[in-house]
Amino acid sequence: MQARVQSTPHSAYSLHELQSATGRTVREYVSLAGTVFAVAWKGPYPPNLQQLLGSQFEQYEQAMKTPTGHASHGTATIQLPNLVVQLSGHMGDYSGRAYIPDKVPAGLSLESIR
Amino acid sequence: MTNATKLCLAAMGASLAVFLAACGGGGSSHQNTIATSASNVQTITVNSGPTGDYANGVFTSVTVCVPSSSNCQVIDGILVDTGSYGLRLLSSTGGGALTVPLPDQTGSDGNPIGECAPFVSGLTWGPVATADITVSGEKASSLPVQVIDGTFATLPKQCAAFGVPEQETLSGQNGLGANGILGVGPLVQDCGSQCAQTGSSNPGLYYDCAGTTCTVTTQALAQQVQNPVASFATDNNGVIVELPQTPTTSSVSGSLVFGIGTQSNNALGNATVFPINSNVEFSTGFKGQTYPAFVDSGSNALFFLDSGTTSLAECSDNSSFYCPGSNTTLSATPASTGSASETVKFTIGNADSLFSDATAFVFPTLGGPNSGTFDWGLPFFFGRNVYTAINGKSTPGGQGPYWAF
Repeated sequence: MQARVQSTPHSAYSLHELQSATGRTVREYVSLAGTVFAVAWKGPYPPNLQQLLGSQFEQYEQAMKTPTGHASHGTATIQLPNLVVQLSGHMGDYSGRAYIPDKVPAGLSLESIR
Repeated sequence: MTNATKLCLAAMGASLAVFLAACGGGGSSHQNTIATSASNVQTITVNSGPTGDYANGVFTSVTVCVPSSSNCQVIDGILVDTGSYGLRLLSSTGGGALTVPLPDQTGSDGNPIGECAPFVSGLTWGPVATADITVSGEKASSLPVQVIDGTFATLPKQCAAFGVPEQETLSGQNGLGANGILGVGPLVQDCGSQCAQTGSSNPGLYYDCAGTTCTVTTQALAQQVQNPVASFATDNNGVIVELPQTPTTSSVSGSLVFGIGTQSNNALGNATVFPINSNVEFSTGFKGQTYPAFVDSGSNALFFLDSGTTSLAECSDNSSFYCPGSNTTLSATPASTGSASETVKFTIGNADSLFSDATAFVFPTLGGPNSGTFDWGLPFFFGRNVYTAINGKSTPGGQGPYWAF
């Protein structure tokens, strides 16, 4: 993706912020060992989830195709074996995040990943 | 449904405040007056929808015609969505109801135009068609609409990257849970100026389709799928969704009113106006923090924040909803730049308990997590008239876009 990148170091991770040409912000949370353990996005169009979720995209697709009771529309939280994907927003305003619960460093609250 | 519930609903129909106060169970302490039959009033109903299993879906019917013809079809089970823009109809081949042959929109090369419209929980894919749309006494002529039809052409890779096509979420059946979506939110077009541009700033919503192969194309504003209300001859500056306060039940009806301050039945009254910012949001305060927020009849619960912030447990079997041990009443404060704020009290119930009643499809206390954001979904609308003013349109409350309640 064409993007401008800004990096901010923290004690237990570093934060890379990417700004796409379509106006979307993607934040990558990267461990000191270099592993991406969370991504968060916000913008007028949804992100390329295939790119963001990588090898787990197929699992995500399967989970989305599996009915969970009532038909509904709205915010979605998808729990995969080792990944949590949360989608929010409405047309013209999409946000969300995906994170690997085991890999989130101690001291970084889940609430602050956004 | 108990006898007591029936009495309560009957009292609401008569707008008797003394009975309303006794109804309880809703997420709101408001009482609201619901417009009765008129040329700008369309009946809406919250029920299980065309697939019989929708939770908190608000549905209506629309009439679509081949432009300038009497070849028309009335389609019911259309989800009323203030969170999107434009009419989308699920084709009969996809499990929907649309059978009238709406003509495809074509590009300058004569090829049909396809659309990949992103929604939060998936996307809708299919051709753009042209239709005359009539709702109550209001009409939009020759308007671009989307036909949701997975057989139209191969799903482009760029579109598949947005997620899963809604119509495929239940194989061979109507995965949308509706026969279509009537997007009557605060914007006009479903994409805007970026879809009219070439290059990397084009987000890839519109496609030129040669046979089954589709490639991203530019789409002028006038050709984009768009909010039909903005194209009505009158009452075209917004809508009011009017639903009564309700207990958990099987069905409840109200009105979708077209226009704000254009008729005697759609005055703004003493509603507070909340301007919408360039992110299509306003804000909401909760426990001293301020979060981005939006109002959306197409979201079927109050989706807000997370367990850590709200102290509401997520359901163990479905992490999209909250399952507190008992009904929990909270308050939050919607606000907007340059407007007054208003404190809203709401009650969240246990989704597992609510869903255990197989006859219930109206859930005023349904809530779920939405980290860092407030989505004032359908439960917010019960007992409260919610105004949505369209971008660039004049109203007695100022120029849209705004929400008011």
